[in-house]
Amino acid sequence: MSQPAALTDLILERLAPFPRSHFLSAGDLNAATTPPLLDLADAFVDFNRQSSKSLDLMRGRTVMNLFFENSTRTSASFEIAAKRLGADVTALSPRTSSTAKGETLIDTAATLNAMKPDVLVVRHGASGAAALLSQKVGCAVVNAGDGRHEHPTQALLDLLSLRRAFGDVGGLTVAICGDIAHSRVARSNVSMLQMMGARVRLIGPPTLVPGDADRWGCEVFHDMREGLKGCDVVMMLRLQLERMEGALVPSTREYFRFWGLDREKLSWANAGAKVMHPGPMNRGVEIDSDVADDLTVSLIQDQVEMGVAARMAVLAALSARLDGDAA
Amino acid sequence: MSAIAILNARLLDPATDYDGPGAVLVEDGRITEVIHGGGAVAPAGVTVIDAAGLCLSPGLIDIRVKTGEPGAEPKETLKSASLSAAAGGVTTIVIQPDTDPAIDDPAMIEFILRRGAALGLVNVRAAGAATRARDGVHMAELGLMDEAGALYFTDVDRVIANTRTLQRVMSYAAAFNALISCRPADPWLSEGAVATSGELATRLGLASAPAIAERIQLERDLALVEQTGARFLVDQVSTEGALETLARARAKGLEVAASVSINHLCFNEIDIGDYRTFYRLDPPLRPESDRQALIEAVRDGLIDAITSAHAPAPAEDKRRPFAEATPGAVGLETLLPAALTLHHEDGLELLDILRPLTQGPATLLGLEAGVLKAGAPADLILFDAGAPVVIDADALKSKSKNSPFDGRRLQGRVLLTVVGGRIVHDTR
Repeated sequence: MSQPAALTDLILERLAPFPRSHFLSAGDLNAATTPPLLDLADAFVDFNRQSSKSLDLMRGRTVMNLFFENSTRTSASFEIAAKRLGADVTALSPRTSSTAKGETLIDTAATLNAMKPDVLVVRHGASGAAALLSQKVGCAVVNAGDGRHEHPTQALLDLLSLRRAFGDVGGLTVAICGDIAHSRVARSNVSMLQMMGARVRLIGPPTLVPGDADRWGCEVFHDMREGLKGCDVVMMLRLQLERMEGALVPSTREYFRFWGLDREKLSWANAGAKVMHPGPMNRGVEIDSDVADDLTVSLIQDQVEMGVAARMAVLAALSARLDGDAA
Repeated sequence: MSAIAILNARLLDPATDYDGPGAVLVEDGRITEVIHGGGAVAPAGVTVIDAAGLCLSPGLIDIRVKTGEPGAEPKETLKSASLSAAAGGVTTIVIQPDTDPAIDDPAMIEFILRRGAALGLVNVRAAGAATRARDGVHMAELGLMDEAGALYFTDVDRVIANTRTLQRVMSYAAAFNALISCRPADPWLSEGAVATSGELATRLGLASAPAIAERIQLERDLALVEQTGARFLVDQVSTEGALETLARARAKGLEVAASVSINHLCFNEIDIGDYRTFYRLDPPLRPESDRQALIEAVRDGLIDAITSAHAPAPAEDKRRPFAEATPGAVGLETLLPAALTLHHEDGLELLDILRPLTQGPATLLGLEAGVLKAGAPADLILFDAGAPVVIDADALKSKSKNSPFDGRRLQGRVLLTVVGGRIVHDTR
């Protein structure tokens, strides 16, 4: 299969070892190491738009997708990313295997480690699970979401989407709206956006915004219209169903009235403001279809596309680091 | 709408601390002019009412009124409650959400407001439930009810026992600057209790709760208020201990409002006597020292609202053994004469009594009424503060006659009730 040599060369030119041996949180990157990674991801975006999308940067390497929590898009995104880089991919959902029989996370890690994977992509319901695994295995670990702690590749792909839409993330005002308290996406994004010089606001009902969120260096708003004034980006979060029916929010219709993004509330943001959502969306709960499907304002489909490219960049960089360690 | 001039009155306006001769002019449902001093002359063409020196004050605002509509219409409807309020000089009533079904969604708020307005009597407003069906677990649609006109949120007599639920309700309500109201009563200490622990309850053999049950719960509620920044109303303070807790919280700068029921200002536990069920109240009646402390709290301005705690119960629910009788008493029509008793017998100034019946609740709930000033709604009452009356429960306009004041000699008679410039009660 032939590639336009220029694009492959560009990828090779931009490919540098990942700055850490694992990618567990936004803190593993900084303002100096993030832009080159985004540049690499940018090249993968163009690469992925070709009809032939196969590279051999990870040939011979084994990537293991270990998803303790349900996931369709993130696990597919990682799987496609790894396959396009030429890696062998194994997907495991341990909910249905040995952990159900009582095996501990560390036992599972030891077992899998003995099979010598090169990269372990982990999603787990407990905060800190990915970090724990990383201490027990010999391979690189990528955190694909741990409890309500972090989801760093999501934040990276969001940065990529924003950079492509606005040119530069620095100076943007980004409102993250909804269930901040339970969102790993919010935590990773707050760190990464601030790292890149964006101003971050948090908007949501007091029951869904942590009481000390103002100490994250964010402005907190409970009135969505007030909070959206002057924003360039509105990043909506998914409201989990179990939170709606609990005592955190009275009902979906009330949530939509006050914190659901519709055309009217969006009009309070700056002209040309973009809308994001990590998916999957609850239409009519946190976001109106009218806004979500309007490609002139919505970056939601872009985010999915950027997801594959950003994860290719992370996997390729980690693999390059492994190559470097071996050499 | 025609213009009215009420001349030669003794104006009593707690908002301006004015107690003296004067006149009030009304047009198009609003007060157009308040004249202090005598000798005011009515403009030509207006209906003149000569008050002949009687008291003219803002109409009373009662923030805790239960009815049976919807769900238990035989005990009280919005109409019978409104008629009762008009006769008692109460120009605004706030319906409690413990109806059947509970007032826990915006449609129910609209139902009450619409039905109340259609009666054309007094201002009928509503409080919403804090949790769905007052279940103490699932937060009700506070934001939507707030938009629909709910004045505050409460589960009424049910205590939200789960602290986490209440924390979330308070925290959520803060986004709307909505007022949350809770009854302070430790649910475990109060379980099954019908009297206050003490010598009397022991002698009568009644299940009782210690007075500290109130303070314990209040301490919890206030700690949550401090943490969440919610606006909060303590519903029906009844013990000295709780008053001390309240005063301490206020001294710390916590903005907390408090109400007290007229019953707890007028009666003490001795009134239970030989198991008189009309004195079976919730919270139960307290020792005289608590009553005295409550009166002092009214004098000191610690109390934002005096309520009638109007709770109609038909005779069949009251003619039972004490512990099985439904708690509560009707109170709309007796609210003013009972409150005036505190002036005649307990030495409270008239303005100090009227403040938590007018300006206090108006300020708390953000109502325009409750003051005598140009531009305010013409919700006014004319009353004779000294007229002796004997309360006859059977003559009350409420559908239920469970009045603990039945047969009591009180002083004070409402002669005229004006709501939005319309005369809704006139016994001059």
